[in-house]
Amino acid sequence: MSEHTSATTATGINMYDVRPTAEVPAESPLAWSYHHTGHPGVSQRSRVVIRERALLGHVVLRGGAIVLDEAVRQVLGFGLPARPNTLSQDPSGERSAQWLSPDEWLVIVPGGEEFSLEAKLREALGDAHYAIVNVSGGQTLLELEGEAATELLMKSTPYDVHPAGFPVGKGVTTVFAKSNLILRRPAEDRWELVLRRSFADYLYRWLLDASQEYAIGVDD
Amino acid sequence: MSQSLKQPNRVREGGRIDRAQTLSFTFNGKQYQGHAGDTLASALLANGVNIVNRSFKYSRPRGIVAAGAEEPNALVQLGSTEAAQVPNVRATQQALFDGLVARSTNGWPNVQRDVMSLVGKLGGQFMPPGFYYKTFMAPASMWMTYEKVIRKGAGLGRSPMERDPDHYDHLNQHCDLLVVGAGPAGLSAALTAARSGARVILCDEQEEMGGSLLDSREQLDGQPAHHWVEGVVNELAQMANVTLLPRTTANGYHDHHFVTLHERRTEHLGETAPLTDGQRPSRSRMHRVRAGQALLATGAHERPLVYGNNDVPGNMTAGAVSTYIRRYGVVPGNKLVLSTTNDYAYRAALDWLDAGREVVAIVDARKAPEGDLVEQARVRGVRIIEGAAVLEAKGSDRVTGARVATIDAETFKVTGSSDTLLCDTIASSGGYSPAIHLASHTGARPTWNDEILGFVPSLVKGVHAAGSVRGFHQLADGLANGCSAAAEALSALGFAATPVELPQVNTYRQGAACALYQVPHEKPTLRGPKQFVDMQNDVTAAAIELATREGFESIEHVKRYTAMGFGTDQGKLGNINGMAIAARCLGKTIPEVGTTVFRPNYTPVTFGAIVGRHCRDLFDPERYTAMHQWHVEQGAEFEDVGQWKRPWYFPRTVNGKTESMHDAVARECLAVRQGVGILDASTLGKIDIQGPDAREFLGRVYTNKWAKLAPGRVRYGLMCKDDGMLMDDGTTSCLGENHFLMTTTTGGAAGVMEWLELWHQTEWPDLQVYFNSVTDHWATITVTGPEARKLLAEITDIDLDRETFKFMDWREGTVADVPARVFRISFTGELSFEINVQANYALHVWKTLFAHGEKYDLTPYGTETMHVLRAEKGLIIAGQETDGSVTPEDLGMQWAVGYDKPFPWIGKRALTRSDTRRVDRKQMVGLMPKDPSVVLEEGAQIVFDPDHAIPMPMVGHVTSSYYSPILESGFALAVIKGGHQRMGEIVYLPMVDGKTHAAEIVSPVFYDPKGERQHV
Amino acid sequence: MLHIYCPYCEELREEEEFHPKGQAHITRPADPDACSDEEWGDYLFFRDNPRGIHHEMWVHAIGCRKFFNVTRNTVTYEILETYPMGEQPHFTAEYPEGKPADQLNDAQQEPSRQEGVHV
Repeated sequence: MSEHTSATTATGINMYDVRPTAEVPAESPLAWSYHHTGHPGVSQRSRVVIRERALLGHVVLRGGAIVLDEAVRQVLGFGLPARPNTLSQDPSGERSAQWLSPDEWLVIVPGGEEFSLEAKLREALGDAHYAIVNVSGGQTLLELEGEAATELLMKSTPYDVHPAGFPVGKGVTTVFAKSNLILRRPAEDRWELVLRRSFADYLYRWLLDASQEYAIGVDD
Repeated sequence: MSQSLKQPNRVREGGRIDRAQTLSFTFNGKQYQGHAGDTLASALLANGVNIVNRSFKYSRPRGIVAAGAEEPNALVQLGSTEAAQVPNVRATQQALFDGLVARSTNGWPNVQRDVMSLVGKLGGQFMPPGFYYKTFMAPASMWMTYEKVIRKGAGLGRSPMERDPDHYDHLNQHCDLLVVGAGPAGLSAALTAARSGARVILCDEQEEMGGSLLDSREQLDGQPAHHWVEGVVNELAQMANVTLLPRTTANGYHDHHFVTLHERRTEHLGETAPLTDGQRPSRSRMHRVRAGQALLATGAHERPLVYGNNDVPGNMTAGAVSTYIRRYGVVPGNKLVLSTTNDYAYRAALDWLDAGREVVAIVDARKAPEGDLVEQARVRGVRIIEGAAVLEAKGSDRVTGARVATIDAETFKVTGSSDTLLCDTIASSGGYSPAIHLASHTGARPTWNDEILGFVPSLVKGVHAAGSVRGFHQLADGLANGCSAAAEALSALGFAATPVELPQVNTYRQGAACALYQVPHEKPTLRGPKQFVDMQNDVTAAAIELATREGFESIEHVKRYTAMGFGTDQGKLGNINGMAIAARCLGKTIPEVGTTVFRPNYTPVTFGAIVGRHCRDLFDPERYTAMHQWHVEQGAEFEDVGQWKRPWYFPRTVNGKTESMHDAVARECLAVRQGVGILDASTLGKIDIQGPDAREFLGRVYTNKWAKLAPGRVRYGLMCKDDGMLMDDGTTSCLGENHFLMTTTTGGAAGVMEWLELWHQTEWPDLQVYFNSVTDHWATITVTGPEARKLLAEITDIDLDRETFKFMDWREGTVADVPARVFRISFTGELSFEINVQANYALHVWKTLFAHGEKYDLTPYGTETMHVLRAEKGLIIAGQETDGSVTPEDLGMQWAVGYDKPFPWIGKRALTRSDTRRVDRKQMVGLMPKDPSVVLEEGAQIVFDPDHAIPMPMVGHVTSSYYSPILESGFALAVIKGGHQRMGEIVYLPMVDGKTHAAEIVSPVFYDPKGERQHV
Repeated sequence: MLHIYCPYCEELREEEEFHPKGQAHITRPADPDACSDEEWGDYLFFRDNPRGIHHEMWVHAIGCRKFFNVTRNTVTYEILETYPMGEQPHFTAEYPEGKPADQLNDAQQEPSRQEGVHV
């Protein structure tokens, strides 16, 4: 039998580890899409490749930048991004923090780290006013690479994805097709799309359709 | 057969066509040949095709008049197959490809011999000016009759009846400077901006860039004009900061320099996009451009003169004659008469001579024309008739002559006797109208310029214009103007302009143009031969004169009364002439009469390009829950709830027979009432609320009290707007002293989230609280029915004892080995557990429940059953029982309103107004139809007295209505005036079919009125 | 399609990312119970509809989810400024070219945007 870990903090917040300790099958938000729409293979002709980084830990931090920055630095070893719409990450690129609004950041860590991250941050933050919310079940991350990636993005979002408007290290919440997502560029040749679970299938089908002419491949 | 026989009007040399590539095409069922580089129009002219259409109203034969977007007549229907049909394509803008199939848009049964032409001969009384206006004033049914006849006879093209094999897309573009038009001014502007390092987009609607330089007689740096064009275009093409878009029309100029460009990507290659590397590219593409600044180098349209029978095939604009000869190697006739008011048009006569054909005469409205081009014509021995104009064209299917006389433009009189010159082509030029359409989309009113006799654009901040669109028609001026306008734009953008060395060109001495629009005739306009102003809409000078006589003085009214400039034409050729005629009739000047407003789109845009890839199964986002695959595999029927796809019901198939919806819902309802059912409730909005002031905030946004809700407890809350009307409802659970989980309705989730943020950010920023959406993070599974506890107990470590885990409590623990929060809340009235698990594990939990649920006949149910069950309990759905005019008390829910809370919560003040206290407000009640087999119609109006004379006073309506399998009767919820005090009264519902249903007002709680079942 | 400068994201974004929320600077009466029906009705329902300079509230709905104010010309659609909640406009019907320096408060001269709203 699996166990559950839960605690009520001194600040009156319920903290709950929602990942099972037992072996339980987990499904990413795109499970249905792979099953139903399929995933075209990557070939020599593929000018766009997408790859899901499923089941990561996604945590939203709310609060004042200075207070949170210190705690994040202490726990993750790197600070929050200093400017609006930017991204900071650890040297491995496995852990990142993104500005979402003046009092909101998205932290993505390897799957399974989200609860201990929350616990450590809460310990570091003491009784400051802030909020930490685990949203790992609600979103997934897609990586996007290839020479046609920029044009695919131009088909999909009104945000300027030209290097002049979207340098490496930038990340924005914006319109994408008829939905929205978080678009970020952690490296010169790699984009990341953070999709909301319920919209993931629509966005996946959109990406496949819009990049048919680039012989899109889905890396698994 | 020699080439010249096949294409009698093709000249042996010259033009930008490739004579080595012969292309076959079909027009109105007949095969012709043309060359690569032709437009459909140039190929038709090369083949000597005179009549390309029948006119809209009078069914007169029409030929090609122009060579570009301003062509009013040569509208064709393209497509060799049903799926490939494209209506209303201008032959002048359609590149020829091998196998092209086109038909005239108008003309039934055929353009050569048209039964409808009788209408034209009868003088057009069938559709006088004001036809649309007068028709719309008549009973609407008459319009249906007229329209059928008009459309069948005149035709306006038709849409394909089969699925389009092509696809279309959008591309979002950003640039510093958008340059529209790649003629001399546009090219020099783009070059200046590109060399300065700006991100530049240069678009041009034609097949190749160069604009007027493609058919120019000019030399640039001693070379033919196209050499310079090729040099510039090649340089631009090499630059990473430049996007070149040929075959791309800037159609709409929207707010803040947002411009839509329509790129025809494959329409020159074939009727469907050809496969390249196994992939089919999009046929056309809408570029959605956000520009820092824009530079309009859109050129000008030549204005034809308005004279008698100026629509007979063989009448053309002078510039079009030049374009066909010099660019396409087609001379569209043998004997030319040119009627002009200006020097520029002389080029048509010179080009005609160069093509080896006869110029009968140049008829110049000016008394003593002078200028370099006039001199050139004189030197070549062309007869020039001064102070004169063509009064009227002779011929019916083709021009046979031109009746010419001296005139006085100012007094609008014919001053001499007329002379008929034999010819087959009349070219005319009344000057040039700047193509100000895009500038006028921005809302800037154009201004009249007397010097160039045209409207020039006024420009809003960030919009620049250069070249002919500003009236700079001389090549040297256009080139220089492009550079200087680009420099202005660059400076506004913060770039230092890199100067561009311009080529050497001739500057011509030119005489002043004369202002002539409508040519006078011996007879009054109303009695003379038809003088067409707008050929596409068949608007004549007489029609405009008649409109002014009928009292229309505003040019906007004249336009609507006559239909001038309507439709795909948008007044490109005719508007200024029409205004001039209105001005003459009203005794005003053109600027006094004003101009009409041009609106997007400049030329028609296909629906495909507008829709892009947002079609078919990508038309609208579909949102799925974590259990979607299971629902699909179980054969669920789905219902759209907002963008969500929710299972509506789960029909069972037994022995190949699938249950009806009625049977499935009845079975699902009874399963929940008597056994156990399961619902995917994941779509409910879920908001995580944290902070020391979270509780205080809840007290302000909900009508009821939250101060004492303890951790582990759940409460139902009503949310009102400040007008006191219900906006949403749901349960909120206390997770910790300063931590809550709010649920909202499925449809209200985003709105409630924004609502909370609104109040926090704008009114109560001092409250320490954060809201975060966790709708997608948690999946919600409802297990409900008398057997629910037994089933859940098998797979959870939570103590489900009814004494320790009470109704409106929540507990945490594992369900199917997955950490969960379980809430004892009920939307069915039965014993219920709502299980929240992290969505990635939800399908596992769902399936485990079924693995254990078989012995309880665990029944999945959908939204329809959910609705029936909640209505049997009188539980409302915000947005179904409410419509923004219903208060909590109207719903009988005063128990959920805390008037004595200390803070003036949202909605409180409004609920104390006299109107919201009225006792005769519409109040929610239950309705029991007297005939239990009747299911009342939702939305049906309710009356107290069915015998009252019509109109009967309507006292309410049905908000929800279903058949209840447990009650074995139809039942409904309704709002009725003063309903709470009318229990037991009978009301009536008169229906459309003449039947009147009777129903008794009852309590809205139809089942288990004491609410015992949810507490078991 | 307006192009709107979000004062929190500190850049221009497409109109698609925003929702308009009506007239700006409407303050809820501190003591609603003390309002007459007419005063309450004014607060709830009555709004200006000027030709020219108008102050509006917008929310960056697909973006940072912050509410802010926009000074927009309702004739030309030109946006003269955007500014965070709690601040006062620089451009007004009275000062269409911008308020003189002595009319500006400290917050306007040195806006603090990083730390959030009203903190």
